Amino acid sequence: MKSAVIVFPGSNCDRDAKVALEDVTGGEVIMHWHGDIELPKVDLIVVPGGFSYGDYLRCGAMAAKSPVMREVKKRADDGIAVAGICNGFQVLTEIELLPGVLMRNADLKFVCKDVHLSVETANSAFTAHYQKGQVIRIPVAHHDGNYVTDNDTLMALNDQDRIAFRYVSEDGARGNDANPNGSMDDIAGILNEKRNVLGMMPHPERLVSPSLGGTDGRPMFEGLLAAFG
Amino acid sequence: MKATVHVTLKNGVLDPQGKAVQNALSGLNFSGIEDVRQGKFIELELSETDPEKAHAQVEDMCKKLLTNTVIENYTIEIIKE
Repeated sequence: MKSAVIVFPGSNCDRDAKVALEDVTGGEVIMHWHGDIELPKVDLIVVPGGFSYGDYLRCGAMAAKSPVMREVKKRADDGIAVAGICNGFQVLTEIELLPGVLMRNADLKFVCKDVHLSVETANSAFTAHYQKGQVIRIPVAHHDGNYVTDNDTLMALNDQDRIAFRYVSEDGARGNDANPNGSMDDIAGILNEKRNVLGMMPHPERLVSPSLGGTDGRPMFEGLLAAFG
Repeated sequence: MKATVHVTLKNGVLDPQGKAVQNALSGLNFSGIEDVRQGKFIELELSETDPEKAHAQVEDMCKKLLTNTVIENYTIEIIKE
């Protein structure tokens, strides 16, 4: 399995993604500078977390228009797996690979802590190695993770089983305290219609080893490895 | 030729920053503030001299980069010198 991590000026979780991917998949991971449109053939493209272009204009807006993202969009349309984590999720909404938008956290505060997520679907390469309904602990670190979309889109996300993760309490219950950012319907991550594009605010790449404090992020990369070999 | 763009959140889109400003103003004893909405103001200096063409150009910029039309509205003004 071969992966590429797109690097923008201001990306800061790109190396975490590379280390996690190398650790779990054992495959080659290319760090691909955003200005280089010649993206090699890969099985997985990661749009990493960080503050691309200093979050100027809107989070992810500038990165979404960078040269390589046209190619990423094309690959995604062709069915290649694309994961956008944190700032990467914001970029994928700006480029309209995923619907909706990530707005400022409802309480206006930057939130940096471990949260619990319920895996809402195991029907994707990203979530296949989790159980539906499983509660996992994954860190979040963002200022703009408040997912907002219109009612029709929200209904479609639910009806088409495209909500990948929801914020829950440790025992799996939904409620105001479990949601760290005011996100609509407690949404932490979503899939596109073809289920080959995932966007999520929490950081699975930060928890892939006991030495990092946990391994709940690991099954995501194991699922991808099983899908792409 | 100068163009200005006002970017505002669409009606119904929660504006937590506007709410925080409203609360802060109330804390300063400004009374009767029913609502505060915060937006952006962008000023562009264009070499285009035809107002209609300039407007079309800025409209395109708004759609492609300057605004996210999922949550934002915009108004363009072309200022003739």
